Amino acid sequence: MTDPLHLQLGLTDDEFDRIVETLGREPNRTELAMYSVMWSEHCSYKSSKIHLRTLPTEGSAVLVGPGQDAGAIDIGDGDAAVFKMESHSHPSAIEPYQGAATGVGGIVRDIISMGARPIALLDPLMFGPLTEARNRWLFEGVVAGIGGYGNCIGVPTVGGEVRFADAHSANPCVNVMCVGFANADELVTGNSLTPHVGSLIVLYGAATGRDGIGGVSVLASATLEDGAEASRPSVQIGDPFAEKLLIEASLELIDRGLLEGLQDLGGAGITCALSESAARAGMGADVDLDAVPLREADMEPFEILTSESQERMLAIVHPDRLADVRSVCERWGLHTAVIATLVDGATLTIRRGGDVVAEVPARSLADDGPVYDRPRAEPAAVDPADPALLPFDGDLGDALLAVLASPAIASKRWVWRQYDRVVQGNTVAGPDSDGAVIRVPGTLKGVVVASDGNGRYGRLDPFLGAAHAVAEAARNVAVTGARPLAITNCLNFGNPERSEVMWQFAEAIRGIREACEALGTPVTGGNVSFYNESGGSAIDPTPVIGMLGLLPDYRLRVPNAFPAAGLAIYLLGETAPELGGSEFADVVLGEAGGMPPALDLSIERALIEVLVEAASEAILASAHDCSDGGLAVALAECAIGAGHGFAVSLPTDLPSHIALFSESASRVVASVTPADEERLVELAAAHAVPIARIGETGGPRAVIEHAIDLTVARLADPWEHAIPRLLGEAV
Amino acid sequence: MTRPRIGVVTFPGSLDDGDARRAIEAMGGDAVALWHTEHDLRGVEAVVLPGGFSYGDYLRAGAIAARAPIMADVAAFAARGAPVVGICNGFQILCEAGLLAGALIRNRSLRFVCEDVWLRVETAQTCLTAGLVPGETIQIPVKHGEGQWVATPEQLARVEDEALVVFRYSAADGILDDAHNPNGATNHIAGIRNDAGNVVGLMPHPEHAVDPDVGPTGGQPLLASLFSAAVAGVTT
Repeated sequence: MTDPLHLQLGLTDDEFDRIVETLGREPNRTELAMYSVMWSEHCSYKSSKIHLRTLPTEGSAVLVGPGQDAGAIDIGDGDAAVFKMESHSHPSAIEPYQGAATGVGGIVRDIISMGARPIALLDPLMFGPLTEARNRWLFEGVVAGIGGYGNCIGVPTVGGEVRFADAHSANPCVNVMCVGFANADELVTGNSLTPHVGSLIVLYGAATGRDGIGGVSVLASATLEDGAEASRPSVQIGDPFAEKLLIEASLELIDRGLLEGLQDLGGAGITCALSESAARAGMGADVDLDAVPLREADMEPFEILTSESQERMLAIVHPDRLADVRSVCERWGLHTAVIATLVDGATLTIRRGGDVVAEVPARSLADDGPVYDRPRAEPAAVDPADPALLPFDGDLGDALLAVLASPAIASKRWVWRQYDRVVQGNTVAGPDSDGAVIRVPGTLKGVVVASDGNGRYGRLDPFLGAAHAVAEAARNVAVTGARPLAITNCLNFGNPERSEVMWQFAEAIRGIREACEALGTPVTGGNVSFYNESGGSAIDPTPVIGMLGLLPDYRLRVPNAFPAAGLAIYLLGETAPELGGSEFADVVLGEAGGMPPALDLSIERALIEVLVEAASEAILASAHDCSDGGLAVALAECAIGAGHGFAVSLPTDLPSHIALFSESASRVVASVTPADEERLVELAAAHAVPIARIGETGGPRAVIEHAIDLTVARLADPWEHAIPRLLGEAV
Repeated sequence: MTRPRIGVVTFPGSLDDGDARRAIEAMGGDAVALWHTEHDLRGVEAVVLPGGFSYGDYLRAGAIAARAPIMADVAAFAARGAPVVGICNGFQILCEAGLLAGALIRNRSLRFVCEDVWLRVETAQTCLTAGLVPGETIQIPVKHGEGQWVATPEQLARVEDEALVVFRYSAADGILDDAHNPNGATNHIAGIRNDAGNVVGLMPHPEHAVDPDVGPTGGQPLLASLFSAAVAGVTT
């Protein structure tokens, strides 16, 4: 005997009863399909909502907070920066090229639907070890998909990160962040426009096909088990050319003031866009599915309603404006179809062939989904053994070369070389910078963005792992000279129906909350990606933070690498014996236990102040975040970047391997000209940030007294070539 | 000097059209937006076919755009000796339209490549290089998946014998080697011209190399040459 339909569609018995109660009758198949996608974890946030509500979302710079397609931040002079991050992990695990490509397409449409022009993409990615053939296939496919789509729509890909862990072999994580610019007073939000009864709902863009049906419920809200390839038809297929036309047409429609509302079609397709649009307007809608342009004429109502065919948008248009809207879309070669009319009341009445096939309250789909406080239980500590207590008598130079060859640390040039980073002509600093810098067109302002997440820390302590992700993202923005303003996020976790996963999630939310409060960077939105597990084994809890900051003058941008010889090198922040979850412990000691580094958020905040003030006074020749791989890796990267070596001595009494590879938080390697040394020390003292002069730049060698003496070229070799070599490319 | 009027054609899927217009304006020219369906060059003195993925690169890169209505006018404009420059997708369009020799196929790596490259200028006998000296090198970004220039043996012989090669990928000092050829192009060819030198196609993006705040500046002398050619009305 097969399960009842609602169970097959991913709804529980309780949820089914609730639908019956809402409708006062049993739902038909079409209605059930609509509820199953809207009440899916992916669309309803039913397991995460009560936790997300505890995040700080207010701040003087926040123009639009959570609940819209994307957050928006005031960047002065009437300009707004819009940004949002999402995951497309499940589709990418099944079909890496299309999964990643359509992830780009989806996040770009979120930005467009705010009325903003997409100006930058970032891609935080996580894979299993590249020593396995399938992981290489996933890695190469995802990178090609991001490039294949992003390069073709004219939005530069300016940053992101790539990390590797065993748990991602079965569950790669593909997160995509998009940033857009708009005039603050022209932002399109659910509240900024006032649709009328009688206004028309116009579907424009691509035709609707049978691809991606049930993507949010079948793929994104369940774990991937054996035979997951069978769900490949639930992966959408992307057409970046259509997306480019959609971007231009949408921005022209907004510029000309032709719309009363705008919504992208993503997860849950027409059902989601229609129910959210009607619910926001506080109205109902009469919907005619016969008007939807179809790729296959015999599609059933539930297929039309839940298809996730890409490159479609929904606009609310006053009847007087319809002809103008049509002419703009036609100029860009796009279909338009009036598929519905807004009506008094609150009901979506959906017809096919003249018959009513569904009749449901819009709000019950969009807003009144179930909310769960799922049980949480702290799991046993992962592995309390502190790697800092392990003896180490190996060669420190060899250890550094090994850490530099770790793909998590090594240069990601192989990846970003495949991305168009220069289109639109505003990329002041791209993926090889701690924070990417995008010029606000026609101004001297630079928006600085960075993304960070560290599953290895999250595994050891999800609270600290999340707080570190916020702090490191803020630091990466601040070393570039910008003040961090706000975050978006993508929260990558296992199955929320397991109490340990739910505990990890709640702890991570607490970490984000405390860090964002301490650093004054509110949360403007984000995305939760659950069910990243298979065979009962979940990924490490990995909240990825997308931080956005502002440089008042992009010409004050601080580079990461030592730009010249003869500069004084300073280490800001203090080094403690903290190897837990470190790259060194993993790569050299083969020990993954312990605790992540401690994090004092008041020191982090003070460090950010020092960096922002020093940058505004133009006294920093360079500044580079010191985190993954510790001081040794930070110094090596500073040297490799522009080819200037250094000679330093270690400022502590710690054993050399700990001083070099500890990943203590809130540290930065900076260089300054002799004339600016006094001022930098003064600024650090004023903010009570520990600071030590550790050496000078210059020469072809990287010399750390009593520890390491190698040429910069020797350091650059594993760092530059580790990833291509793992992929079998001769270099 | 009079401000030259330079037209930039937008096809569906063009991406660097706005960037090309901004670069022209930044260098002191008047940029004029041209639309693919119109038979109207709006009185411009030179035409730029910009980068991007016109028509999604469907069929073959540049194949559909080469048959767009405005291309008949561009061909007639070129036949009169007026300057026409195709950048990246624009180069692909010029080859597909038969205005330049050869074809552009997928990079030898089979991967998209975006990086700053050095170009060795091979001839000053074009609308884009009149102000440069053969042998000098300039730095400009490339970004393409299908930039490997290939040709039949006859075409290649003619292109080389008649000095129709305008740019070759090289090291900063002008040395040619495989390490500095980003797409495996035949004979390191990055750009070529027609016999008269008024039509030039190149894969690198000079419009992304005029503003020192966001990249190299090797595009500046190229646009300056184009402006002179546009104002002169004939090619050198």
